[in-house]
Amino acid sequence: MSQATEAGPATARPARLPPTTDDGFVGWLRKNLFSSIGNSITTIVVVAFLVWLITWFVDWALLHATFRAETGKDCAKSSGACWALIGEKFRYIFFGSFPYEQHWRPLFAIITMIAMLLLSSDRRMWNWRLAVIWPVGSFITFLLMFGQIHIPVTLIFLVALIAGLGGFLLRRDVADQGERVAYMALMAIGAVYLVLRILGVLPGLAIPIAPFSYVETGLWGGLAVTMILATYGLAFAFPYGILLALGRRSNLPLIRGLCVGFIELIRGVPLISLLIMASLMLPLFLPSGMNFDKFLRAQVAVILFAGAYIAEIVRGGLQSLPKGQFEAADAMGLNYVQKTVFIVLPQALRVVIPPLINTFIGFFKDTSLVLIIGIFDFLSTSNQALVDPLWTGYPGEVYLFAAAVYFFFCFSMSRYSKYLERELNKGTQR
Amino acid sequence: MAVRNLDAAPTVIELDQVNKWYGQFHVLTDIDLQVKQSEKIVICGPSGSGKSTLIRCINRLEEHQAGTIAVSVDGRRIELTSDVKNVEAIRKEVGMVFQSFNLFPHLTILDNLTLAPIWVKKMPKKEAEDIAMGLLRRVRIPEQAQKYPGQLSGGQQQRVAIARALCMRPQIMLFDEPTSALDPEMVKEVLDVMIELAGEGMTMLVVTHEMGFARSVADRVIFMDRGEIVEQGPPTEFFANPRNERTRTFLSQILHH
Amino acid sequence: MAIAHAPHAKARVAPWNDPVIRGWFFQIVVVGAVALLAWYLVSNTLANLERQKIATGFDYLSREAGFEIGDTLIPYSPASTYARALLVGVLNTLRVAVLGILLATILGTLIGVGRLSPNWLLSRLCEWYVELFRNVPLLLWLFLIYKVISDAFPGPRQAISLLWSSVFLSNRGLYFPVPVAHDVHRWMGVGLLVGIAAAWGIHRWAKARQAATGQPFPSIIAGAAAIVGVPILVWLLGGAPLDFSVPALKGFNFEGGTVIQPEFTALLVGLVVYTSAFVAEIVRSGILALHKGQSEAAYSLGLTRGQAMRLVLLPQALRVIVPPMTSQYLNITKNSSLAIAIGYPDLVASVNVTINQTGQAVENVLIIMAAYLSVSLSISLFMNWYNRQIALKER
Repeated sequence: MSQATEAGPATARPARLPPTTDDGFVGWLRKNLFSSIGNSITTIVVVAFLVWLITWFVDWALLHATFRAETGKDCAKSSGACWALIGEKFRYIFFGSFPYEQHWRPLFAIITMIAMLLLSSDRRMWNWRLAVIWPVGSFITFLLMFGQIHIPVTLIFLVALIAGLGGFLLRRDVADQGERVAYMALMAIGAVYLVLRILGVLPGLAIPIAPFSYVETGLWGGLAVTMILATYGLAFAFPYGILLALGRRSNLPLIRGLCVGFIELIRGVPLISLLIMASLMLPLFLPSGMNFDKFLRAQVAVILFAGAYIAEIVRGGLQSLPKGQFEAADAMGLNYVQKTVFIVLPQALRVVIPPLINTFIGFFKDTSLVLIIGIFDFLSTSNQALVDPLWTGYPGEVYLFAAAVYFFFCFSMSRYSKYLERELNKGTQR
Repeated sequence: MAVRNLDAAPTVIELDQVNKWYGQFHVLTDIDLQVKQSEKIVICGPSGSGKSTLIRCINRLEEHQAGTIAVSVDGRRIELTSDVKNVEAIRKEVGMVFQSFNLFPHLTILDNLTLAPIWVKKMPKKEAEDIAMGLLRRVRIPEQAQKYPGQLSGGQQQRVAIARALCMRPQIMLFDEPTSALDPEMVKEVLDVMIELAGEGMTMLVVTHEMGFARSVADRVIFMDRGEIVEQGPPTEFFANPRNERTRTFLSQILHH
Repeated sequence: MAIAHAPHAKARVAPWNDPVIRGWFFQIVVVGAVALLAWYLVSNTLANLERQKIATGFDYLSREAGFEIGDTLIPYSPASTYARALLVGVLNTLRVAVLGILLATILGTLIGVGRLSPNWLLSRLCEWYVELFRNVPLLLWLFLIYKVISDAFPGPRQAISLLWSSVFLSNRGLYFPVPVAHDVHRWMGVGLLVGIAAAWGIHRWAKARQAATGQPFPSIIAGAAAIVGVPILVWLLGGAPLDFSVPALKGFNFEGGTVIQPEFTALLVGLVVYTSAFVAEIVRSGILALHKGQSEAAYSLGLTRGQAMRLVLLPQALRVIVPPMTSQYLNITKNSSLAIAIGYPDLVASVNVTINQTGQAVENVLIIMAAYLSVSLSISLFMNWYNRQIALKER
């Protein structure tokens, strides 16, 4: 208890303690474990269960486990776990069929993506820095994974056009003369190149960046695949989920109908059906001759799926804004785009970041479904590791190992989301 | 209150036979109202009488369904139609202060003030910030410029909201029950700012129950009930001998409790 | 309207400044773009189907399926049609989804209440249960459970026999006796319906009596008695037939009785443990959302703990719980499609085989989507209706 701060006659009397003390170890035990007969029985039952579970597990996983073995047969001599299997297979579980001597590449790709996610989770980075971190991180990731990237010159000019157009539209009112000229120059250069390219005047050039040997997506596997599918699924689904949410809240009936229909359709069907659709129907959708990489098809399905879920979360954020915010923005004379960009989205998105992280955890787990259409994600490579005839009979060990890896990622993200929720709540009360 | 000659001043707001319904409910019935430049009007009435709706129609937060509303801006008469250009033009010149402040919680006080001048009036950032700081000094909280709305008291927030509206250099200010959400001890600091503003010749339409404010500042007090303007007149007359029975009942309820 | 006001000349608005016209212009552009994209995709698809000589239309549904399904609720053989194969899949999906929803709700509620237990150990245990199950993919749990079942239990010949050799547990599933079909069973079903109707009547009558006289009536006990009692009475009247079909080992597997197959068990257990972790969180936050003042007010009015719970607290907690619970129920239904990974023949599995045999991907994907959409929509319609029933009336 804190000292009594108010002065008065009460302070003159000696402090009297309550009859039984609440603090100390015994007090804690009494309060939390043995407060009543029912409570005591519960405690005893739970302790008995835990003792049984822990002794069994320690016995299986440590005391009688085999840590070194040539083949699975050596493990059979002991009754415990066969951890030697993990030691034998962990390279395959983590990296799949990626060329063995090149395993450092997916390893560094994973590290790059983790670094990207860690940097993005720092609130001080939530500004233009994200716009640098993500393109650079993505470039490194895919360069490591593919080994060679051919950047079409057209793409560079397209980016120039879009950047110029976006900058011009968004900052038209605040930019000074020089900045405006820069945007217009970017637009002009981009547009001229694209027109000439489409007319066929200019050849289709590409800048090759090829420091490593090329590895096709069919050989990718393991943790890197899981992380790419989840991370880029979310990254691409995010802007389009926001658009869907805005569309659903719009007062234009056709737009709203379109968005509601799409969101409900996607959310009403299982991810598997979208994956099957992507793997079987996407090739049919495209003109003959145009072929779509299997990995990309799965990625497209994940993005479509994620967008609908993100849209619903963002909609929750939009709905949480008090009407007064919209009215105040209107009364100031802001137009729809300004209102949305300056007032609505910054507040709505801040509210939805914790549920968005939970959705990301969901995608991280759900990407495991791609094994059904034959992509070697982390769960799939774990599963494949069991196929080796020399090591049959120890599925529990591999699955527990995979579960531990998934748990590590998902649990730390959920802790971060909880922490952020507290921080953001604090933020509004500042 | 000093008697000013308002008759010579130009009319800045004209409402002619304005009608509005919420579904079947008739909120505004045949409202006729003319506001002269730098006139101060206090609108009072029981809750649900349509007084907030009336001033929210003037900057088209609510859409009226019949009649005309016109606002004069720099001598140019702009009628409120569905034309977005007209709505934009009027909103630039008409500031509004809300009962619940409606400050943007994710922006600092200074950013709250400079947002509209920069993006709507296309003012350079530096200039907007100078104006904003000047206004914050006027409402006596310049030291709070870098804080966020959540860190301020209710009275301070409402003063920021007034400064935010003033930052657009409006010719007309609308106040929608600006002191109703405040604790009693904070009401005065907001009213003081409004009185000061009135002294500078701002055209003001104020929905409020602060009869003291009405007495000392208003040129005209309007009493509304069930969507109609029941009675209006200079405060001395209005409070001394209200002509309508409904006005008398309302005044006795609000003054003697 | 009573007001006759002079019509004012409507001011002319330039069309590009009229928000309504702007809105429609924008909408038509967007919808047009979407329609164009759809037309492009459909025309490509049709061209591709033509080129690859793939049939279109749903004619194949009436053809012979020719594949085996291991676990069926209705009679099915490879000679049955594709339509019937798909129906078997739908029923299997529904079976696992309904049972999963029921069990996950019960288990999840227990865990959620356990997390709020004053007993520190119990609440920690429940917390770790939640964290463990929801932070690992469902598919991994399914694989693990399925592999454990098929590895840990012996083959049929060494089956574990329980209850005087009437129940057998092996890696082929759990075999147990069932009553031999008898006409009385149909009448018992009718009796059950009568019992439910009677229970509802008793409840209504008890409510009316309490409203009129203030006397409560133990309607829950009486209703339960009616629901259980009437079918038993019918069974006794029908001569109480007691013939059971008992499983017995014949060759390599059991015959007679009925079986819960390991695929089904693994899927159900996986769905239940995974979803119950989410349900527990929902129940916990629903209870936590209740304002402490509510229970204090109820107690101070003299309500007992049970009455306070039933009349004041639970109705309010349900309001918070129902919407997220709905999405968990939808999730169970959709997640049941993971069945395909462990070989339980649900709808997606049936469709997958059908696609492989007929090559008609478009029609079959449409069937999957239509089936899941109708299940999802029915659950959300029902839950929305329920939500409206219990919603707070506000002005």
